[in-house]
Amino acid sequence: MCAHYARSVETSPTMAECGRVDSHTMDKSITLPPDEIFRNLENAKRFAIDIGGSLTKLAYYSTVKHKVAKVRSFDHSTKEAASDKLYEISVQEEVTARLHFIKFENAYIETCLDFIKDHLVNTETKVIKATGGGAHKFKVLIERKLGLKVDKEDEMSCLIKGCNFVLKNIPHEAFVYAKHADSEFRFQTTDPDIFPYLLVNIGSGVSIAKVESEDKFERIGGSSIGGGTFWGLGALLTKTKRFDELLQLASKGQHSSVDMLVKDIYGGSYGYLGLTGDLIASSFGKSATADKEFSKEDMAKSLLHMISNDIGQLACLYARLHNLSRVYFGGFFIRGHPLTMHTITYSINFFTKGEVQALFLRHEGYLGAIGAFLKGAEEDNPNQYSWGENYAGSSGLMSVSPDMYPMQRARSGTFDMLEMDRLDRQLVNLPLLQEPSSYIPDTVDLTEDAPAREYWLFCFEDALDGVVKRAVASQPDMPEAAVRAEKFRQKYRHKLQTLRYQPFAYGSLTVRSLLDTREHCLNEFNFPDPYSKIKERENDVALKYYQKVVKSLEELSWEDRQFALVRGVLAGNVFDWGAKARPWLVDSYDQWLERLKGPPHKCALLFVDNSGVDIILGVMPLVRELLSRGTEVVLASNSGPALNDVTNGELQILTERIAAMDPVIQSGLRDDRLTLVQNGSSSPCLDLSRLDKALAMVVRERKTDLVIIEGMGRAIHTNYFATLSCESLKLAVIKNSWLADRLGGKLFSVVFKYEVPAGKPSQEAAVLTP
Amino acid sequence: MAFNGHQHDNEIVDEDETPSKLPRCNKEMHGHLRNDPQNEAAAPAGPSTSDRWASNATPRHRKDSVKKTRPPFPWFGMDIGGTLVKLVYFEPKDITAEEEQEEVENLKSIRRYLTSNIAYGTTGIRDVHLELQDLTLCGRKGNLHFIRFPTHDLPVFLQMGRNKHFSSLHTTLCATGGGAYKFENDFRTMADLQLHKLDELDCLVRGVLYIDSVMSSGPSECYYFENPTDPDHCVQKPYLLENPYPLLLVNIGSGVSILAVYSENNYKRVTGTSLGGGTFLGLCCLLTGCSTFEEALEMASEGESTRVDKLVRDIYGGDYERFGLPGWAVASSFGNMMSKEKRESVSKEDLARATLVTITNNIGSITRMCALNENIERVVFVGNFLRVNTLSMKLLAYAMDYWSKGQLKALFLRHEGYFGAVGALLELLHPS
Repeated sequence: MCAHYARSVETSPTMAECGRVDSHTMDKSITLPPDEIFRNLENAKRFAIDIGGSLTKLAYYSTVKHKVAKVRSFDHSTKEAASDKLYEISVQEEVTARLHFIKFENAYIETCLDFIKDHLVNTETKVIKATGGGAHKFKVLIERKLGLKVDKEDEMSCLIKGCNFVLKNIPHEAFVYAKHADSEFRFQTTDPDIFPYLLVNIGSGVSIAKVESEDKFERIGGSSIGGGTFWGLGALLTKTKRFDELLQLASKGQHSSVDMLVKDIYGGSYGYLGLTGDLIASSFGKSATADKEFSKEDMAKSLLHMISNDIGQLACLYARLHNLSRVYFGGFFIRGHPLTMHTITYSINFFTKGEVQALFLRHEGYLGAIGAFLKGAEEDNPNQYSWGENYAGSSGLMSVSPDMYPMQRARSGTFDMLEMDRLDRQLVNLPLLQEPSSYIPDTVDLTEDAPAREYWLFCFEDALDGVVKRAVASQPDMPEAAVRAEKFRQKYRHKLQTLRYQPFAYGSLTVRSLLDTREHCLNEFNFPDPYSKIKERENDVALKYYQKVVKSLEELSWEDRQFALVRGVLAGNVFDWGAKARPWLVDSYDQWLERLKGPPHKCALLFVDNSGVDIILGVMPLVRELLSRGTEVVLASNSGPALNDVTNGELQILTERIAAMDPVIQSGLRDDRLTLVQNGSSSPCLDLSRLDKALAMVVRERKTDLVIIEGMGRAIHTNYFATLSCESLKLAVIKNSWLADRLGGKLFSVVFKYEVPAGKPSQEAAVLTP
Repeated sequence: MAFNGHQHDNEIVDEDETPSKLPRCNKEMHGHLRNDPQNEAAAPAGPSTSDRWASNATPRHRKDSVKKTRPPFPWFGMDIGGTLVKLVYFEPKDITAEEEQEEVENLKSIRRYLTSNIAYGTTGIRDVHLELQDLTLCGRKGNLHFIRFPTHDLPVFLQMGRNKHFSSLHTTLCATGGGAYKFENDFRTMADLQLHKLDELDCLVRGVLYIDSVMSSGPSECYYFENPTDPDHCVQKPYLLENPYPLLLVNIGSGVSILAVYSENNYKRVTGTSLGGGTFLGLCCLLTGCSTFEEALEMASEGESTRVDKLVRDIYGGDYERFGLPGWAVASSFGNMMSKEKRESVSKEDLARATLVTITNNIGSITRMCALNENIERVVFVGNFLRVNTLSMKLLAYAMDYWSKGQLKALFLRHEGYFGAVGALLELLHPS
């Protein structure tokens, strides 16, 4: 018997109830928006709060009841009595952990505390961890409202703890800001080794910390010229009170009317030193000599440049002194403001001549709250697990360009959320990645490729009706499924809309992220596995043909059989596979065949794709052949459901069934030469940098020397360009005419990409040594 | 034609007339300016500068050869910065009766005008206290005068030059600073003067090393503050800048340049910052309505920056012990000004003081980082931002000492802002 779980969240209480919350608060004008904000409060524990100058960030830990789709094979003893179903599918509940982070304006603190108090039921929590400059100011209020003891934590260490956490758990957390590029945000692939780095936190002052490991960091310097200087001096100079307004002013100003530029002194550039005429020689230098009025905008701009350049310069000096090339910037001065990100980036580029890049973080605003939370949750060991950003429950990066999206800039009343799910498995790199630090799973970055983005967003929107129908059909016994499906439709459509304008909201936009977001949204509304019944039916049918297929393969000559096996995998990948004439769109079959004439591989890792024909009649015969050649096989399948992909739970049952019919598979299982592992993911795509730790161990132990990746999601949308340190085979049929066109082929073009890493003995060499 | 300060002095027509290829003069300069091409490549460090300088009268027989290669009077060096023009003028005091007779009227009138006044027009000032007397330059004895006026009054200066027929002297005007480039055309069109343009950092380094080397008597050129971290015992002390290399030279004018000097001829610009003297004055003008540097400094001396700045103790109630930050350290410059109430309660003097402290401390921390990166322990601060600005000097001395735990020493030079101009003058006398 085997079980398999898919996550889905119990619908939380809605905030519609919050209308009654603040009847006794002082500021009656403040009501919470009617969205779901403080989700799963009834199970919440371990609160942390980070109160900044204008924004409050609340963090808590909740246990979430999931609806899980579970498959169970029928007991052999009672098999006769059971139905003719292949296996039993049931939906059960399971409880796992989720982290909630909510960001809101300080004005909402009291209302929010009241709401929390009213909804907090089963908590044993006695303490709330607090950090940030405003923590002491609200200490009494928090203690009175929540009845929790406020336990203050050091700001800097919280920031760093939070920073480590997001860098480790959120791919595409860090980005480079490029104002004039096609996409403002260029997300960085996260080096699995995140240390050492420099964190420059620009709050009212500037703190510069060198972080060397999870537990080791040092404040190596700082500066008093920071966000407070911009704000304070700006308010004096322009009589403008709010930080955001000052930035607005600055965005419209011309600093050259206030600053003394090199050309004001030289009449042109200072050629001898290579200083161009437009460089600022003396900030505010003109206001000392010119007897005239200066506009608020110009002064604000000049001030912004002065402060950004100064911080950038110091950051570079510290980076150089400590020989660090990764420099992350955070703090309220940065917080998603394109103008400050731009000026800081400019400054860093200038002072390091491009050697150091200014890096920013998507969840920069949450670092303090995350760190404070982690400090309070050490006994739960959150750092022992891998966490994943839940796209359904997270707001994503707000749009930032005030000129481009003026509406979203109005932050008032905006509640920003981040939810992270604790993953069942700890995720690590595939040990066979050639260069883990530069591995990019996705083939096309839709953030940068506008036509591709346009196409795929349309594509997913277009397919939404079908997904909704299938979701409803998957739960025929539940009358409210239609209502939930409708909610799913709205949520996912809204996500698509958001991504249209803010493609950078969740990091680089990719086909994978669009698919994953859809899965997250389906789970959110309790559709843990809409394809379960279809998969079962197809598996059942395919099983019936297994022996026949194997027999016909056995009858072929060795060479014909190899080709038929490959065709089988490709054909299983698509139903209307015709006799596609070679050469295929990408075709290194001949090299593969040559290689097969050589010595067998030690161990093959096979990432499988669809249920039904694909896995049973395509992949399994290939597994059988590999086993027969003396190659061990590791079959890696999804931990959770995604589309009609076969899950680990299903594959366990299917393999048992096949073993019952096929002595080769049976002995493989028995002798532990055929191993089934889960990949740690619930995505139709594949991120080789986030795989189940157990998988990585097996791969290493077995000395895996061949990786086979099949299917469009895993071999085309992702990993098409992935380079591995061993032989690899990427197999897929292009089932999308737009994509086929992009790749220079037609619909149903075949990709057969066999690669041998550079420096490894080639297949020819292998052939020579039989 | 060269005149050597004498009208139609036909006996020296054999002198090199090309201003751009100015003749080398004297041997009594003893190569301390590396005017000897054979020495140039040899020993970059050389003997200490004070040894090299001989101010003794030179033997007569050599003077003739010197005379031959000497540029004509008047001898000026000029540094046209973003805010101030700095002018050094050598007044020969060993003029013979014969020379006196031959001296053209225009030259005489310029000499008299400059040396008999200490103020020129409304804004020109001669810093009498800096005057170097009985200096021997190119075999001539005389006084070196230090004059400054705002760059925006340059047109007035040019007009004066025109009125005094300066161009008739056919002298070469060696000028450095950005203004030498920016106003080159104005010099030509308004005053019929041809500028010999020089790089400002070359001149600065040359000027600093020269002045330090000639200041053997009188008040020491170089000084430091003893006990910089103890306000009650912080006193100015002379410093003998022997064997000065390597040296971090921080020039604080309108903006700031930081140079690492390894020898007379080997230096590099490490970095610079736009937050300099111009920023202090510019912000003070905007914040307090003052209009001069002196006014701004005066206000600053009466203000209290802690009302404007947010200190570490304002945030943490005391020291931020975890990171070794003392409570008195500024956490956020102008940080208190985020609050409306506090904005309304500060005085102009407080704002001026905070501006001074902010700019000074920032220069201090950038300098300190450069010193660490370049591995240099001695820092010399120059530039006109430090003129009559003991507040900033003491702050810099404090900052260097405190944050480096005594590793770094802040040094200052009496002729603060004039080194570029001196370097330009030296270029006139000894082209490098």
